[in-house]
Amino acid sequence: MGKEVVQPPIIHFDTLDKILGLGRANSLWPMTFGLACCAIEMMATGAARFDLARFGAEVFRPSPRQCDVMIVAGTISKKMEPAVKTLYDQMPEPKWVIAMGNCAISGGPFVFEGQYGIVEGADKFLPVDIYIPGCPPRPEALIEGILELEEKVTGHRRWPRVEAK
Amino acid sequence: MPEWLRVILFIIFVLSFAGLNAAYLVWCERKGAGHIQRRIGPKEVGPFGLLQPLADGAKLMSKQLFLPKGVDPILFMVAPLMVMVPAIMSFCVIPFSETFVAREINLGLLMIFAFASVNVLGLLLGSWGSANKYALIAGARCVSQNVAYEIPMLITTITMVMVTNTMNLNEIVRSQAGWFIHWHIFRLDMSLLMPVSFLIFFVCSLAETNRAPFDMAEAESELIAGAYTEYPGMGFGVFFMGEYANIVIGCALTAILFLGGWQAPIPLNFGGFLGVLWGMSWFFLKLYALIFTVIWIRWTYPRTQFYELLNLSWKVLIPISLFNLILTALQIKIFPWL
Repeated sequence: MGKEVVQPPIIHFDTLDKILGLGRANSLWPMTFGLACCAIEMMATGAARFDLARFGAEVFRPSPRQCDVMIVAGTISKKMEPAVKTLYDQMPEPKWVIAMGNCAISGGPFVFEGQYGIVEGADKFLPVDIYIPGCPPRPEALIEGILELEEKVTGHRRWPRVEAK
Repeated sequence: MPEWLRVILFIIFVLSFAGLNAAYLVWCERKGAGHIQRRIGPKEVGPFGLLQPLADGAKLMSKQLFLPKGVDPILFMVAPLMVMVPAIMSFCVIPFSETFVAREINLGLLMIFAFASVNVLGLLLGSWGSANKYALIAGARCVSQNVAYEIPMLITTITMVMVTNTMNLNEIVRSQAGWFIHWHIFRLDMSLLMPVSFLIFFVCSLAETNRAPFDMAEAESELIAGAYTEYPGMGFGVFFMGEYANIVIGCALTAILFLGGWQAPIPLNFGGFLGVLWGMSWFFLKLYALIFTVIWIRWTYPRTQFYELLNLSWKVLIPISLFNLILTALQIKIFPWL
């Protein structure tokens, strides 16, 4: 539910935009923060077996000023919402948001009549770019999410998509 | 070669050397971190991930630049430059080879230490100007750490100056000619504690450049991103370039003072252009071996606690280096023929 209106640039420099897009897509620095169990999978993605570093996205910056992508990994409680929103506002443009796991997509298992503590989805207050389903998603899914984000930034995909037979 | 052409060529060389080093040492660091942690590291961006620094650079430069609320605009903008510019200035006295040195001045060692002390001022101003309490704590820590580690470093340097009788870096290297046993680290006849001096100097240069296990300037587990907390985009990038340039300076000084600089380990020297290449290749071999050690230490040891760090300097390194100074002075005085 992004309310901000982004004006398109008056002049387009096509080649420059492509080069900058390539640069941005290949160094997506995520923010060091996790909200729930999805964060464990996020850490596993950065560790030895899955190695997010292959795509240049392993630089988890601790300060929001130096981050490009916010991976909302886990359940957002109502008390946490203002903090997450502040962190998002502190990131400089261009910035992206990945909603990782069912809780960040829609509230997941916490959606029931009369629940009062959980925000039902990160897109209630953040402009989410990529949704990664799963409870929690496996590290491969997070890597796929990052690749999808790269596709969104550059306009083309790094590898051919695997077709189901 | 006319003097102005020499100056311009050296300016180009030093700027490109510092810039390329900053870019590709980050790549080495990420690759090294990967292999130490049984990962591969950057691999998809270009062959072996070699285009990763370019991608990072393009991204950092195109990131939104803004002044956070409450910062001091002048200090905030000047601080990254105050870390990077002195480090680049120091390159002008480093002898890369016997004849390949921008300015062979007789107080080269003093000049490098004079510029190196500006580094911490830049960090302090940046952390003060960014109006952030975490940054300010990191800046205060950084200053007390640098004050603590500059003392044993300078005492060790005085020891070396007593031994070599000169502050000219090229002269210091020339005095280590011959077989590798003539390198200062092996000259037990000059000072019995020479290997200890080497260790103290190397540890202090790690601490001076704010590298792990002494990276109190950027203690991300305690202080968000330390002194760099409020810096977006290229401000942070310039800080990082300065940090890597400082590492190169520290390792180059260690190589020059203790490991023979551009001297080959065998008494074999060439004249002319081949001699320049021969000296440079030995100097770079030693330099990058030391830089690899720095990266290796960073990814092997955890960050020390701040009190432990100050204790190490004030209770261990300073007494040992003082003792070393006195011992060396006595040795030079009693056995002057050695």
